Amino acid sequence: MDARKEGEPTPMKNRTTVDRTSDREIVVTRTIDGPARIVWEAFTKPELFKRWWVPKSFGMSLLTCELDVRAGGSYRLVFRHADAGTMAFFGRYLEVTPHSRIVWTNDEGEGEGSVTTATFEEKGGATRLVLHDLYPSKEALDAGIGATEGMPETMDQLNELVVSLRTKQ
Amino acid sequence: MVQYTGPRLDASFAALSDPTRRGVLEQLGRSDASITDLAQKFHMTLTGMKKHVGILEEAGLVTTEKIGRVRTCRLGTRRLEDEMAWLERYRQLWEARFDELDTVVQELKKKERIDGRAKRR
Repeated sequence: MDARKEGEPTPMKNRTTVDRTSDREIVVTRTIDGPARIVWEAFTKPELFKRWWVPKSFGMSLLTCELDVRAGGSYRLVFRHADAGTMAFFGRYLEVTPHSRIVWTNDEGEGEGSVTTATFEEKGGATRLVLHDLYPSKEALDAGIGATEGMPETMDQLNELVVSLRTKQ
Repeated sequence: MVQYTGPRLDASFAALSDPTRRGVLEQLGRSDASITDLAQKFHMTLTGMKKHVGILEEAGLVTTEKIGRVRTCRLGTRRLEDEMAWLERYRQLWEARFDELDTVVQELKKKERIDGRAKRR
């Protein structure tokens, strides 16, 4: 009868892998403990999407989150970061197959942006998520990763990380 | 010594932020070249190209060697481990996202169960 606080069991955390599969491609994988149609919902409904795409630890807030998830539809995300001001990310959906596959462009990169293919594979009530980024060139990929770290404080974190990796050696 | 890596990495990002310098790296990935070759390929003055190569050299992305009157440029050896650090950072970004996605999905699952029970009643 009483509302339990955070009473739900915490699901086991699954592993996130990132691989640079070629000069122009990066593949991110993760299994999510839930059916594909629910993971799909979290990807396609703005009110859900904005809750996870910008984790609190990023130190950013999402000012605009417009997702018109259908082939030919467009999206626009505008972030505000305390140090870096606002940043817009936008593009178009090339392919939308409910509960299974979304392909979108990342057009903020002025021709250097990647095309992202997200696939949802359900197995035993869990969904294996594969995000595949294809860049127009190797240099675009290098610059693209660089841009992900484009914020001053992430750069610091990156430096700290490199330092800690080297200290371990 | 550890302090060395911080500014160095910043220098790499700064070096990679310019399209000509990225082009020079791509070119050197195919073959070594002199500054004169590079200046010609990128339709640039010798002084301009020297400046770009200097920035790449400072970042450790390129090494140069002067033999006689010709300065030959080749790719530096320092690139892989930093790239691994990039990828690790990228992985952490995604991991943070997926952790939050787990929370959202668990909530939706719970809501479905409750709604399902309510409907059956």
